[in-house]
Amino acid sequence: MTSMQDATSSGPVSGSMTVKRGLAEMLKGGVIMDVVTPEQAKIAEDAGAVAVMALERVPADIRRDGGVARMSDPEMIDGIIGAVSIPVMAKARIGHFVEAQILEALGVDFIDESEVLTPADEAHHIDKLAFSVPFVCGATNLGEALRRISEGAAMIRSKGEAGTGNVVEAVRHLRSILGDIRRIGQADSAELFDWAKRLSAPLPLVQEVAETGRLQVPLFCAGGIATPADAALAMQLGAESVFVGSGIFKSADPAPRAKAIVEATTHFRDPHILAKVSRGLGAPMTGIGMDQVAERFAERGW
Amino acid sequence: MGPVTGVLALQGAFAAHAAALARCGTDARDVRTPRDLAAVDALVLPGGESTTICKLLDLSGLRGALEARIAEGMPVLGTCAGLIVLSSSVLDGRPDQFCLGALDVTVRRNGFGRQRDSFETDLAVPGSADPMRAVFIRAPRIVRCGGSVEVVASLDGEPVLVRQGSALGATFHPELSGDDRIHRLFLGFLAEV
Repeated sequence: MTSMQDATSSGPVSGSMTVKRGLAEMLKGGVIMDVVTPEQAKIAEDAGAVAVMALERVPADIRRDGGVARMSDPEMIDGIIGAVSIPVMAKARIGHFVEAQILEALGVDFIDESEVLTPADEAHHIDKLAFSVPFVCGATNLGEALRRISEGAAMIRSKGEAGTGNVVEAVRHLRSILGDIRRIGQADSAELFDWAKRLSAPLPLVQEVAETGRLQVPLFCAGGIATPADAALAMQLGAESVFVGSGIFKSADPAPRAKAIVEATTHFRDPHILAKVSRGLGAPMTGIGMDQVAERFAERGW
Repeated sequence: MGPVTGVLALQGAFAAHAAALARCGTDARDVRTPRDLAAVDALVLPGGESTTICKLLDLSGLRGALEARIAEGMPVLGTCAGLIVLSSSVLDGRPDQFCLGALDVTVRRNGFGRQRDSFETDLAVPGSADPMRAVFIRAPRIVRCGGSVEVVASLDGEPVLVRQGSALGATFHPELSGDDRIHRLFLGFLAEV
C-alpha cells in the first residue's frame, strides 16, 4: 500500500487527506473524553464516547501540578488502546514532531497537537502533512484555524481554557471563528485579500471559506465543558462534536455525567431531553473563574 | 409531496450523507426520535461509532420503532457503522451491542484494523465502466453472507457492498467521495416499494 498524498493513484492509498478527514467526519455529533487509565477508558466507552484521549494527567491536574507537561508514557497509551474498541487519541507538544512520530508508531488514531502540554517550539507547529495519522489542533480564531489547516490538520477544535470547567473561553473562540466565517461570506473578492492579511492566513483557504461558508475540516469544541448544557451550548453555537477533558472524571459521579453529556450532544436542540438528562448528576467539577487562572494555555500556539 | 428520506442523526457522518442526498436532488431530514422516524419513508444509517449509535438508539426509543419499520420493508442504506447496525451478527463488538438483522450478514467490527489501516481505492461498480473511489475508515469486514444476500460489489474477492430486498449495506463511505451513484441506487428503491 502506498501512502501519503498520492491522490491520483487508482490503487489503495492510506493517509490521504480524504482518509484523514474521513475519520474526523465519523466522530461528528459525538463526545471525545479524556481518560488517564484503562478503567476510565472503559467507563467512557460504556457511556457512549466516540473516542478517548489517552493522557497521564487531565488538564485540571496539569494546571495544579505545574512543571513541564509532555507526551504520555507509551506503555500507558498501549494499555488504553488495548482496553477499548473505539478510536484512541493522544497528545503531542506543539512543534514536537518526534513525540508525534512515536504516537504514530504506537498506532494512535488521531494526534492532538495540544496547547495543554508545554510547547516544544515557540515558532513552529508540526508539519502535519508529513504524517499518515490525522491531527487535530486548537484554535482561538479563524486565522489560527486556517494556519493549522494549511499545515495539514484534519480537524480543528476551539482551545477554550482547558482544566477550568469554565466554558466561557470556548464560547469566545467558537463565536470568533464562526462569526468571522459569516463575515467573510459577506466580503467581496477584493476584501478577501485584506482578510487574508489580517488573519495571517493563506489566501486560497480564505477564499474557499468565503465560498463554502465553512472550514475545510470539521470544527469541534474543547476547553471547559463540564455539563450537558455546556455541550449543547457548544453544539448550538456551531461546533460539530465536543471534547470533554477534566469535566467528567473530576466530577462527583463520572459515569452518569458522561452518559448525560453524550445524550445532550446528540439531542442538543431539544430542551426537554436536555432537562431530563441534566437531572440528578451530582456535583460537576468545581471550576475556576478566568481572573483566577494563572496561566492561559490558550495563548500557546502561533 | 413525494417520499421523504431521512438520515439517522444520532452520531457520525450524517451531514455528509445529507449533502450527498442533496446533490441527488433529495432534501433529507435528520432523524433523532421515533417521531422523526415516523415522518420518513426511507432511512440512511451513517458511519460513526456503532457502539455509540447502538446506545443512542436504545436511549432515544428508536430501536423498537426502527425494527418495526425494517420488518415492514422500509428502504435502508447502512454505511460502515450503519452496516454493522443493519447486520444480523457482529464479531468483535461490545457485549451490549445489538444489530437489527435487515441484512443477513456477519460483520467483523474494525475488520481492516485501526486508522493507520484506513485507505481509499478504486472500486469496480457493476453496470459501469468507471470505477468509483471508495473510502474505508476503520472499516468493518463482511465475513459471511446469507443465501438471500446479493453481493453488489467486491474488493479483492471480498464483499463490500451488499443488498437484501430494500436494504443496502456498504463497508466503505460513498458519502465521502463525491460520487453519488450508491445514493442514487438507494433512492431507486423508493420507486420500487
